[in-house]
Amino acid sequence: MKTLPKIAGISAATALIASPAFAQAGVEAADHTAFILNSVLFLMGGFLVFWMAAGFTMLEAGLVRSKNVTMQLTKNVVLFALAAIAYYLIGYNLMYPLGNWSIGSDETGGYIGAFGTAVLEMVGVSAENADDLGYASTGSDFFFQLMFAAATASIVSGALAERIKLWPFLIFTIILTSLIYPIQASWKWGGGFLDSQWGFLDFAGSTVVHSVGGWAALAGAIILGPRIGKYAKDGKVIPILGSNLPLATLGMFILWMGWFGFNGGSQLAMGTIGDVADVSRIFANTNAAAAGGVIAALVLTQLLYKKPDLTMILNGALAGLVAITAEPLTPSLGQATLIGAVGGMIVVFAVPFLDKLKIDDTVGAIPVHLFAGIWGTLAVLFTNPDATFIGQIVPIAIIGVFVFGVSYAVWMILKVTVGIRVSEENEIMGLDMSELGMEAYPEFTNR
Amino acid sequence: MKLIIAVIKPFKLEEVREALTAVGVQGLTVSEVKGYGRQSGHTEIYRGAEYVVNFVPKVKLELAVADGDVASVIETLAKTAKTGKIGDGKIFVLDIEQTLRIRTGETGEEAL
Repeated sequence: MKTLPKIAGISAATALIASPAFAQAGVEAADHTAFILNSVLFLMGGFLVFWMAAGFTMLEAGLVRSKNVTMQLTKNVVLFALAAIAYYLIGYNLMYPLGNWSIGSDETGGYIGAFGTAVLEMVGVSAENADDLGYASTGSDFFFQLMFAAATASIVSGALAERIKLWPFLIFTIILTSLIYPIQASWKWGGGFLDSQWGFLDFAGSTVVHSVGGWAALAGAIILGPRIGKYAKDGKVIPILGSNLPLATLGMFILWMGWFGFNGGSQLAMGTIGDVADVSRIFANTNAAAAGGVIAALVLTQLLYKKPDLTMILNGALAGLVAITAEPLTPSLGQATLIGAVGGMIVVFAVPFLDKLKIDDTVGAIPVHLFAGIWGTLAVLFTNPDATFIGQIVPIAIIGVFVFGVSYAVWMILKVTVGIRVSEENEIMGLDMSELGMEAYPEFTNR
Repeated sequence: MKLIIAVIKPFKLEEVREALTAVGVQGLTVSEVKGYGRQSGHTEIYRGAEYVVNFVPKVKLELAVADGDVASVIETLAKTAKTGKIGDGKIFVLDIEQTLRIRTGETGEEAL
């Protein structure tokens, strides 16, 4: 059976050379080529976004103290696996109901998508039997979209690091990736009411992915409370230094690389000259925004604090990337750089601002993903004439209220039932030994 | 016999070790330590919040020397560890009551 297609291929090629109908066969092949190239874009984008899980993990491992590194690594790898399963069982069809809304409709606005597990196309599917020949293979689409759900969960883990219990965090991850994230994402990307009724524009998810992670993290950080020793009784902020800045920097670079897939893949098509040129624009603009974020954070920390702060520069790069995510296509390179630079500036001011409110965000996830995400979603107005102020700000608020509200409720329920915070004694000892009995750096004195 | 304890700047260690070897010192113990003296550390800023670096990294040398060598060892230490800037460290000299080489059982200056 396996050799049959090859033989058919050879005879088809011979036929092509011999046949005067060469041009017609070329047109037919082009249709399939678009399907193939679109699928390749999703697969390439998907494995780049997958790699962002490594980026988040290294960033967080570097910014927590050495006594909590193993826990941070554990949470990141397990959350990814849970997200993969949750998105398969519930998330995918809830997010992409293809018109089969449980509540609402394509015309009047969809609110809750379809319930059911994700199903791939049959093995060796033919063009006639493909789910959507004008788009891409279902496997590539599922793979790509799954990575975004996992990224949302990764955002939450960093903000709550060094004091949250493992299991309640994992339960929250399941709820976030199976329900909270897919439901609100369906409102935009599944063709739901934010898309059809409000004309909301969010290309790759400054709001739909990043702010969602940020809102969920904010709710968790408020309920969880700050780490012991972060804020003195007189209100003074006591910095808790990260244990490994080389790892944090590596994590930032991995995220920067992954973002090319995150934004580039979100073009969702690569089968025409226009699409492939757009994907290229997106790669270049994404890179420019990160550069803008880095330089803004560098200059601002130098001016404000007399010395550049590497951790802020890392956050600045990521804030630039988050900011460009809502519209990486229409800006010029200069505009993209500026949009990213404003993201970097937001981070430098937002980190001390959260400290003033005594909201302890271990790695700066809320400034980067929530604040810069809101900025990026509004910045669409500057370069895309299709965007309206109301069409951007109202969906930002709706998603914010929904995600913050539901997350707050879930964290509260977890707090009063199983508890979300480790004991004071265990927190001081470090989560690695108290919760896992395993140190990341057993040959050194942990602090 | 005297025990000489010197707390010096870490980047001076190699230079000090070479100079001590040159004046006949045959063994020495080194630890990485942190501490402060009159300078009492300095302030830095991390993610927008000030913090004090109270304990500055130093290297601590411990060496046991015969009475006749004490003066030259101290002089060598003081000369090579000195930069003239704040934080050069200190040298302490203590009496040794007893010394024993574990492998052979030798005691006193024989064991140095």
